[in-house]
Amino acid sequence: MTDEPLLRVSALSKFYGSRVGCDNVSFDLWPGEVLAVVGESGSGKTTLLNCLSTRLLPSSGTASYRMRDGQFRELYRMSEAERRFLMRTDWGFVHQNPADGLRMTVSAGANVGERLMAVGDRHYGKIRATAVDWLSRVEIEQDRIDDEPRAFSGGMRQRLQIARNLVTGPRLVFMDEPTGGLDVSVQARLLDLLRGLVTDLGLAAIVVTHDLAVARLLSQRMMVMKDGRVVESGLTDRVLDDPRAPYTQLLVSSILQV
Amino acid sequence: MPTPLVVSDVAKSFTMHLRDGIKLPVIAGVSFSIKAGECTVLGGPSGAGKSSILKMLYGNYAVDEGQIIVSHEGGLIDLANASPRTVLAVRRQTIGYVSQFLRTVPRVSALDVVAEPLVERGEDREAARGKARALLSQLNLPEKLWALPPATFSGGEQQRVNIARGFITEHPILLLDEPTASLDATNRDVVIELIAAKKAAGVALLGIFHDHDVREAVADRIIDVTAFAPGKLAA
Ligand SMILES: Nc1ncnc2c1ncn2[C@@H]1O[C@H](COP(=O)(O)OP(=O)(O)OP(=O)(O)O)[C@@H](O)[C@H]1O
Ligand SMILES: Nc1ncnc2c1ncn2[C@@H]1O[C@H](COP(=O)(O)OP(=O)(O)OP(=O)(O)O)[C@@H](O)[C@H]1O
Ligand SMILES: [Mg+2]
Ligand SMILES: [Mg+2]
Repeated sequence: MTDEPLLRVSALSKFYGSRVGCDNVSFDLWPGEVLAVVGESGSGKTTLLNCLSTRLLPSSGTASYRMRDGQFRELYRMSEAERRFLMRTDWGFVHQNPADGLRMTVSAGANVGERLMAVGDRHYGKIRATAVDWLSRVEIEQDRIDDEPRAFSGGMRQRLQIARNLVTGPRLVFMDEPTGGLDVSVQARLLDLLRGLVTDLGLAAIVVTHDLAVARLLSQRMMVMKDGRVVESGLTDRVLDDPRAPYTQLLVSSILQV
Repeated sequence: MPTPLVVSDVAKSFTMHLRDGIKLPVIAGVSFSIKAGECTVLGGPSGAGKSSILKMLYGNYAVDEGQIIVSHEGGLIDLANASPRTVLAVRRQTIGYVSQFLRTVPRVSALDVVAEPLVERGEDREAARGKARALLSQLNLPEKLWALPPATFSGGEQQRVNIARGFITEHPILLLDEPTASLDATNRDVVIELIAAKKAAGVALLGIFHDHDVREAVADRIIDVTAFAPGKLAA
């Protein structure tokens, strides 16, 4: 375990004209830590996640990331090419809608293999073997490797998206409502799978979810957002069992049990 | 050796924002310490704040006032003001906790639920499972249940999984919230033996036991929590 965070976020704000996206968000994330971001619709969760993953540039504030060489780099000062490289190699991004994170018209195997080639793998047999291994880790039968994701169910597509993101051994994964569009039973299986992978691989992750049960199961720490601001943060079980902010109390009381 | 845990002047209240912001004082002026090799018991009527004290010591409830000094990896830490990351480290290495009810995780077997705290501390998974098997059989959990997720277990079966999970590690401090509440006499006796073994190993235990016989059997000292009722603070 290292004593330095992986990501340091300080006073991050994003305004869309006069509309607040997220406002003055600060936190540190350590290796192996899963942070859940919860809050009502429009509270700025996706905006924050997109700023952190540099898919969107913030209006103000800083975020620095500890590269594999141990040096911190200021994300918003990197060149476009450097950021792309990070996204392809060191990070993963799991979208709520798998169609946004997959290539729907190439095979499942190619969806996974493509990421490996992007990090320089060229050996076809090895790529295919790794792809097969990852498909089985996300519980996709080997005989589906040549099928296109178009032919997959929602839950399978989401599992494929996860494999595609994790195959390169990222250190940080961003997830926006990873169980969002799925049936409850499919959600449970996916959550289980995610929980296992995150623990086994020691991943750091930032998971946006409106589902407190997802936060409870996946994360150690949690941030509650409202109107673009963080209204409460802390250990996940502390925030859920002893919510302090009025909005968190409302959120916790409006569900049956988590 | 430093005192494992010292609580001084701790106060806790709940502010219910959804009910006009009424403030519910639970306890105040909580001061005590626990010793290695002893089992200290929190006594007092229902609602006196016993579980709330344990939850604050575990970082599960926030602390309004006061200090909770824990001896952790050769240093001292104030848990009342510790960062989430520090609390997690203390839970991993120093303070174990057996809650009143098991919180089940879908699809994880009883055996792995029990082994998990050891694996988190870096122990080999198979070795951890071996210890988990030994504890589950000591607690008379039928072997056919070990591979199943505990969600569908009876209250007493779940509680035995919970106890095994709490006792499997060698945490120097162990918090117990009514671990014997849903057990039969045979298994109550097993828990009494497990507690005696922890004491002999130098663990500092702090527990809540409604069962009179269990309390008699394990307690070295009883702290009456009503002494910390918020109204009494002026005295
Ligand atoms: N491209 C944009 N242009 C203008 N306003 C935007 C844009 N994207 C988001 N917003 C606004 O910013 C605020 C935060 O939106 P965001 O998408 O971050 O919320 P969210 O918490 O992810 O919500 P949900 O749970 O519904 O996904 C909202 O008021 C939204 O309308
Ligand atoms: N998360 C919470 N939110 C609001 N009030 C709470 C919360 N937890 C406990 N309380 C209140 O604090 C008081 C003390 O509760 P606590 O559970 O600590 O009592 P106890 O001594 O363990 O009781 P018992 O013997 O019945 O388990 C009670 O009035 C309870 O309703
Ligand atoms: Mg969103
Ligand atoms: Mg209680």
